[in-house]
Amino acid sequence: MRFRFSQRPIDTESARRELADLGAGGYVSFEGWVRDFNEGREVTRLEYEAFQELAVKEGERILAEAAARFPIKHALCIHRIGSLALADMAVWVGVSAAHRGEAFDACRFIIDEVKHRVPIWKKEHYRDGDSGWVNCERCAAAPHAHDHAHDAA
Amino acid sequence: MNAGDSPSVELGFAAHRAPAPVHGLILAGGASSRMKRDKAALEYEGKNQLDRCYALLSRHLARVYVSVRESQVRDTARVRYPLIVDAVAGEGPIVGIRSAMAAHKDAAWLVLACDLPFLTDAALEQLLAERDPTALATAFRSAHDGLPEPLCAVWEPAAAAALAAYQATGASCPRKFLMRHAARLLEPRDRRALDNVNTPEEYDRALLSLESPPMQLKVQYYALMREQAGRSEETVETSAVTPGDLYSELQARYGFTLSREQLKVAVNSEFAPWSRRLAAGDAVVFIPPVAGG
Repeated sequence: MRFRFSQRPIDTESARRELADLGAGGYVSFEGWVRDFNEGREVTRLEYEAFQELAVKEGERILAEAAARFPIKHALCIHRIGSLALADMAVWVGVSAAHRGEAFDACRFIIDEVKHRVPIWKKEHYRDGDSGWVNCERCAAAPHAHDHAHDAA
Repeated sequence: MNAGDSPSVELGFAAHRAPAPVHGLILAGGASSRMKRDKAALEYEGKNQLDRCYALLSRHLARVYVSVRESQVRDTARVRYPLIVDAVAGEGPIVGIRSAMAAHKDAAWLVLACDLPFLTDAALEQLLAERDPTALATAFRSAHDGLPEPLCAVWEPAAAAALAAYQATGASCPRKFLMRHAARLLEPRDRRALDNVNTPEEYDRALLSLESPPMQLKVQYYALMREQAGRSEETVETSAVTPGDLYSELQARYGFTLSREQLKVAVNSEFAPWSRRLAAGDAVVFIPPVAGG
């Protein structure tokens, strides 16, 4: 059960071979691709960065959780970092299992958890020249609740 | 100006009137309702806060008074000091400030709350040096929210009438008063000096912080925070006890737009609670909302 980062395009053929198992009756993979729009804005490219030391630990915890929940043989997740163009693959998840149901379920579980928990950040560059960190900027600047005494002493 | 002033002095008053002398006023009449103990009697570094505060103000001002309620005039912590007893109706610090103004009409007042254990001589020097006697008050701008800090401020005699009128409308918050009136606001050079202590938890943290010598931590920044800090890592010298304290300090320094509630924190490459006790050499990473996939 491995999680790793790649600076270069993900080699899905060699990744898939890592999941091979004579007891596996099926294999499911998910690919995340860079698309040309997000929240109504035209996207031209993405940059990914990660806090790799913690991200690998958290990613491997997610894979271990998947293995505990679903009877799977092997699981692997590879995430890109750096600058990505439209249509590039940003993330790859592969799972092998005895039966297809567990492989589908575990693959879905892994990608959902990775998106929510692993310290990876994505900066979108837009057609209009603007850019922004996803999930960080539009909802930022929530008012800081500073609690100064109004009782005097 | 008293009745003996000559007409020529009156004509030129705007340009030549000397600033009012500044007296010190420590507000020690509050209810300490959130602390559930008298904040003036809380001890830091072996002395109670009222004594510390009085000693601090006395290094800068010749006359320092303690503002109390009528019921506190025989209180052992307060009785040794010159007292100004609340003499106007109402609630809150505005009562103490107005009572002092009524007792010494020609004085300006450097008003201090009794819950600022980190306040330094340098902060008072800055406040007095940058005082603007033509404003109703001179106050620091909070490093946390940019609003005026009314309880570490110089209040000019001219504010007395405006405060009376303000209180007559049913208002009592001196901060909102300073936001609406002509106050001079200063950027505090020492941002920690104005951190106040209102709850038992804040008191515990303040004690730890005052006792712990500054230490060096390694801080790494990612994504939006890296851009806002203008660096990806640095060594920080700090007295912060927890990652929460450290974030407040760094947010004030770099103007991070993300609130603490939006972040997670990692210490030594593992997620950690905001209340974790930091140790010298720890590596701290604040984690903005993630967006993998």
